[in-house]
Amino acid sequence: MVEYNMHILVCGGTGCKASQSELIKANFTDKLNEYGLADEIQVVSTGCFGFCEKGPIVKILPDNTFYTQVTPEDVAEIVDEHIIKGRKVERLLFIDPETKETVGDSKGMEFYKKQIRIALRNCGFINPENIEEYIGRDGYAALGTCISEKTPDEVIKTVKDSGLRGRGGGGFPTGLKWELTRKSVSDQKYVVCNADEGDPGAFMDRSILEGDPHSVLEAMAICGYCIGADKGLVYIRAEYPLAIERLKIAIDQAREYGLLGDDILGTGFNFDVEIRYGAGAFVCGEETALIHSMEGKRGEPTVKPPFPAEKGYNGKPTNVNNVETFANIPVIINKGAEWFASIGTEKSKGTKVFALAGKINNVGLIEVPMGITLREIIYDIGGGIKDGREFKAVQTGGPSGGCLTKSFLDTPIDYDNLVAAGSMMGSGGMIVLDDSDCMVAIAKFYLEFTLDESCGKCTPCRIGNKRLHEILEKITNGNGELEDLNRLRMLSNVIKDTSLCGLGQTSPNPVLSTLDNFYDEYLAHVTTHKCLAGQCKALMHYSIDAERCTGCTLCFRNCPVGAISGEKRSPHYIDQSICIKCGVCIGKCKFDAVLIA
Amino acid sequence: MNKIKSLADLKKLQSEVQSKIKLRENGDNPENLIQIKVSMATCGIASGAKDTMNYLIEELDHQGIDAIITQTGCMGYCYAEPTIILTIPGQNPVVYGYVNKTKALEIIEKHIKLNEMVDGIIPVAYSTIDNK
Ligand SMILES: Cc1cc2nc3c(=O)[nH]c(=O)nc-3n(C[C@H](O)[C@H](O)[C@H](O)COP(=O)(O)O)c2cc1C
Ligand code: SF4
Ligand code: SF4
Ligand code: SF4
Ligand code: FES
Ligand code: FES
Repeated sequence: MVEYNMHILVCGGTGCKASQSELIKANFTDKLNEYGLADEIQVVSTGCFGFCEKGPIVKILPDNTFYTQVTPEDVAEIVDEHIIKGRKVERLLFIDPETKETVGDSKGMEFYKKQIRIALRNCGFINPENIEEYIGRDGYAALGTCISEKTPDEVIKTVKDSGLRGRGGGGFPTGLKWELTRKSVSDQKYVVCNADEGDPGAFMDRSILEGDPHSVLEAMAICGYCIGADKGLVYIRAEYPLAIERLKIAIDQAREYGLLGDDILGTGFNFDVEIRYGAGAFVCGEETALIHSMEGKRGEPTVKPPFPAEKGYNGKPTNVNNVETFANIPVIINKGAEWFASIGTEKSKGTKVFALAGKINNVGLIEVPMGITLREIIYDIGGGIKDGREFKAVQTGGPSGGCLTKSFLDTPIDYDNLVAAGSMMGSGGMIVLDDSDCMVAIAKFYLEFTLDESCGKCTPCRIGNKRLHEILEKITNGNGELEDLNRLRMLSNVIKDTSLCGLGQTSPNPVLSTLDNFYDEYLAHVTTHKCLAGQCKALMHYSIDAERCTGCTLCFRNCPVGAISGEKRSPHYIDQSICIKCGVCIGKCKFDAVLIA
Repeated sequence: MNKIKSLADLKKLQSEVQSKIKLRENGDNPENLIQIKVSMATCGIASGAKDTMNYLIEELDHQGIDAIITQTGCMGYCYAEPTIILTIPGQNPVVYGYVNKTKALEIIEKHIKLNEMVDGIIPVAYSTIDNK
């Protein structure tokens, strides 16, 4: 076997692929061939490193050098300097946004220091298209041990003892769900992997499937063994072509190696996995809707009970789990329930993957132990707020969640604390907002999303959310009245209480949580008709300060709608009835003469 | 590839393929491992640095000693090629010159295993880019 003494890992995640990482990899291969080093240095395309914002990422081992924003043209220099001469290419190293210092290797990066990678353990580490690399990392060992040496009840006990809870949003104890499905009596059962990932801005499930598809397949087989199912289905949205491709390759390889199929490892256990495609509707992530969609029916939810554990796909007992939930399973089996339970908080064990986005320096995919504080995530891992602005809130849980304010910065994050704070874990979207974000507009943004995604089956969700949105629209347009704030709250509560599925039951959360935490902003919109953050265009008013204006005509020449008039060298003014509040004039004026109020 | 037919088969394959990614795992904590850099500039290669490097990799692997062996560029000691830099965790790096296979074995047996310096150290104080 060829032994390589150096590895070059090139990120092959969706983000980096979009910025030419494939060409980077090809250039490395060419260049190494040129030097006759192809059999000494291995070039590997991996899954996402998490630090997509600074992608494409190239990591060089064994010295752990972490190059960011690499272009195909940089490859020659990396090979000549780093590989041949052993000198790091300084200009491609990461610069810490806080200290402005160059960081030579990934261990020195604050971004990685507080992370614990369990679900993402192989992402950015192995070649996801090579099953042997997965096996070399203890892959399929958990499945092998379970089916050869343990009873299903023993495995379920391990999963229960680990304290693992579903990562798809609800946080239901995974071991308990498996036990319930095991207890349902039937000639046929199913294991379903929910890879719908409908939350706006979320990409953790996609990254796991792209970077480490075998961990999910292995876990599904373990689940099948526990509940008595020989069939697994991955429900994935068709917009995830790379994840689908990697998953297909992984399924084929696992079959070829006899790790999926009949009589796995000579134990008599049969299990195989198929892929089902979704069209990418948010509501299809809800488990009953997902099952209907897989059955070829409309992806509409139905009332629970019966739960899928009793009556699921084709009316048979079905265990539905999220991608990230599954990715944790093999490690729990290999390292033991106690090890897993030692990470996290009293009631939320292990780690959670978050997609960190918004007004933060280090945007990316992170995996942190439960119980970490928002402050640690935002300031230590995230590198603080962009452009030195002030932190205002962080939105968690996507359209079902809420906003957490400054006062929660030191709250340890887990399922229960987030709910107590008026938000939720959700699938792990985390959007950081600064003082320039208008909270009413944020609530409106999420409501727009739910409105688009509601299946329309029940009235409170279909019509209630529409009305909620209309009220928010009215407020942000400057026509809100004080009474609207009470209407928002009342309507929100009715929608929550009467909707049929989780979508409608949680859709008013962004409204309620911003009403609770930022009432003064709502109040300013409806009483003094001011948007404190200066975001709601309709509430803004552009004018020109005649004292400062020199009459240079620059604004006049650039206003797209001709709202500005005035003579050369004398003060200009803005016709309010024409101005569309685009803000061009303010950017053009060199004398700070354009004012907004 | 033949099907893996039992847990024992799987474990066997696992230990076979583990070394493929061992380097990546070691890369996560390089400061705890013995590191050897072999100078591989033109003069180094001409004096047999490639053989030295391969020998080091094989011999350390054979003896089950975890170490990171990489190549580096010209060190400016062309007269003493092949040269290597040996870094034992917690100690200052040492440069050895004229490292052929015999010397390499001596370095492994004495310096790496017993922590006794052997002849051939180039006694020049220098700093590498990593610790400047
Ligand atoms: C509107 C709605 C959308 C959902 N979308 C997803 C999704 O995209 N992915 C997911 O895993 N779970 C989603 N869920 C939760 C699933 O219904 C289900 O609880 C979950 O897949 C169970 O897996 P877990 O226990 O491993 O979390 C959604 C729920 C609702 C109500
Ligand atoms: S709550 Fe909304 S998404 Fe859910 S079933 Fe009713 S209309 Fe459909
Ligand atoms: S750009 Fe500024 S200074 Fe020039 S005319 Fe417009 S407002 Fe006056
Ligand atoms: S805000 Fe835009 S539309 Fe209004 S005056 Fe300035 S440039 Fe013209
Ligand atoms: S896609 Fe490359 S770091 Fe995320
Ligand atoms: S749509 Fe049925 S009552 Fe209005």
